[in-house]
Amino acid sequence: MHDDAAPQRNTKAEVTPLGDAAVVVQLGDRIDFETHLAVRSLAEVLEEHPPQGTVECTSAFTTLTLFYDPMRTSFEEIRAALERIVSTLDVSSEMPYRPVEIPVCYGGEFGPDLKFVAEHCRLSPEEVVEIHASGEYRTYMIGFAPGFPYLGGMSQRIETPRRPSPRLRVPAGSVGIAGLQTGVYPIETPGGWQIIGRTPLALFRPAENPPSLLRVGDVVRFRLIDREQFDAWREADR
Amino acid sequence: MSIRVVRPGTLTSIQDLGRAGYQKFGISVGGAMDPFALRIANLLLGNEEGDAALEITMSGASLLFEEDATIALCGGDLSPQIDERPVPEWRPVRVRRGSTVQFGESRRGCRAYLSVAGGLDVPCVLGSRSTYLRAGIGGFGGRSLRAGDVLRFRGGTTRADAANRNWPRLPEGRPFVALPWSVSPDLLPEYGSRPLIRAMQGRQVAWFTEESCSQFFSAEFEVTASSDRMGYRLTGPRLTPVEPRELISEAVAAGTVQVPADGNPIILMADRATIGGYAKIAQVATVDLPVLAQTKPGDILRFKEISVEEAQNLYRLREDDIQRFKCGMRLRESTAC
Repeated sequence: MHDDAAPQRNTKAEVTPLGDAAVVVQLGDRIDFETHLAVRSLAEVLEEHPPQGTVECTSAFTTLTLFYDPMRTSFEEIRAALERIVSTLDVSSEMPYRPVEIPVCYGGEFGPDLKFVAEHCRLSPEEVVEIHASGEYRTYMIGFAPGFPYLGGMSQRIETPRRPSPRLRVPAGSVGIAGLQTGVYPIETPGGWQIIGRTPLALFRPAENPPSLLRVGDVVRFRLIDREQFDAWREADR
Repeated sequence: MSIRVVRPGTLTSIQDLGRAGYQKFGISVGGAMDPFALRIANLLLGNEEGDAALEITMSGASLLFEEDATIALCGGDLSPQIDERPVPEWRPVRVRRGSTVQFGESRRGCRAYLSVAGGLDVPCVLGSRSTYLRAGIGGFGGRSLRAGDVLRFRGGTTRADAANRNWPRLPEGRPFVALPWSVSPDLLPEYGSRPLIRAMQGRQVAWFTEESCSQFFSAEFEVTASSDRMGYRLTGPRLTPVEPRELISEAVAAGTVQVPADGNPIILMADRATIGGYAKIAQVATVDLPVLAQTKPGDILRFKEISVEEAQNLYRLREDDIQRFKCGMRLRESTAC
C-alpha cells in the first residue's frame, strides 16, 4: 500500500483505522532515524495534548497508533484532529534523549549464540563483543514483551539472521541480535533472536512507574562486564 | 470473607477490564476475554462494573464459600451447580457459607464470570487487578489459581451493601437462593458455536489476493485447539498475499486478524502482545469480541464485512443498552424488590 517512492518529508502522514477503537498514523515506510524522530515528535505532542477521547498511544518504527473511546469521539473526528496536528508537526533532530547504560556479560552460558554470530560474520567472538559493546543504539520501539526494546543502529558487521527455529525459553536479561536489530528480553519467553550475552539489570519493573527501564527515544550503550560484576550488579538491582 | 479454590479446573484467573495506558511499554491490556459478561456480573451486584471477578474457563472448577456471599454468574454456561443443584446464570444468587460452586460441561460458550458483591480483594498492579499471566503480575500472585488458594472479597461498603440489605434472606437449610429477576435476554450477545462475527477490513487487506479477501468474508473457519487468551488460531481456506512481503512491525488491537506465512489467520485476543509483524487482513468489531471469546476449539466462525462507522454505531447501541441496565439496577437498589 505504501510502495511508491513516497516523499520522506515527515509532515505528510496517512491516518487509517485499526478497527473501531484505534487509528494508525503512518509517518514513513522504512526503519530509519528520520522516521523515528517524526514518530517521537508526534508522540510527544499527543502526550501533551491528546485529542478528546484518547485512551493511549503507542509508537512503532514507522507508525504511531492512537487508541480511543468511540463513545467520546469518532474515527472522522480523530482523523481530522490527527491530520491537523501532523500538518504543523515540528520534527527536530535536536530532541533531547535519555542515555541509558546496560551492563552485559557476554558469551559463555549467557551467550549461547555468540560463537554462531562470530562464525556467521567471519569474526572472532571477542570482535563481535567489541563491536556490539562500542555501539550507540536508539530505542525505536518497545513491544513483543513488557519492556522489550527494539534497538536500531547496530553495526552491519555483526548483522545475523534470527535462529531458524525459536528457543522455547529465553532467560530474562538475554541480549540478542535479529538481522540489524539488537534487543534485550525483559522476561523469560520463547524467542528466536541470537543470544550473545545477558544483563543483570531488570528491564521490566512492574512495581515502578514507568514499569519499563527504557522508553522510546532512549539512547542505549552496552558495557562489557565479567561474571563477578554480573553477580554484584544483580544483587544491587534487587 | 473468603472463597477457597477446591479445584481450579482448566484455567481460572482473576480478571477485570484490563490495564490501559501501558501499551507503550510493551504491556498487554489483558482483562476479561468477555468484558460484557464481566461488567454485567458486577452491575447485577451493585459493584463497580470493572471490579475484579473470576474468569472460569471450560470445565472442572470447584469453589468453596467460607462465608455467606452474594454472587452472579455470567457469560458461558458451564453447567454451574451449588451443592449439586443447578444454579441460574445472569442473576444475583445468595450463597450460604460452606456451599460449593462447581462447574461441569460447557453447554454454551467456554468462559464463565463469577463476581462477588464487594469485588475480589487483590492488589492493583499498574492500574488493574487483572492477571497478566505472561508477565506474572496482577490478580492472585500473577498466576492462574490452584487448589488451596484462598481468595478474599471485600465486605462491601456502599451500593453492594445496600443492595444486599434489600434482597431476600437465605431460607434455612438451602445452600443458595437465586433472586427472582435476571438480565433481559434482549440484552445478551448472541453466544453460540457457529457465530457470525462482524469485522472491518484490516490495514493490509490490499496485500491479499482478491480471492483470499472474499473467502475471508464468506467462508467458514474453525477455531483450533491452539487458541488461548493471547489469540485464536483458525483453519479454513488458506489466505495468500499477492506477493510475499515483510511488514514493519506496528501496533495491533483486540480483534486484529493477522495472517502469518502459513495462510491460517490468528485473531488477537486480550493477552496479545502490543505489536505484531504479520499482515492484518481484518479487524473484528469490538461489539462482537464477547461472542468470539465464548467460542471454543471446534466451533465454526463466519465473518461479515462492515464499515468502521457501522461498527462504531453498533458499539454505541450496546453501550447505551448497558447504561440503561445500569440505571435500572440503581433504581432497583434504591427500592426494595
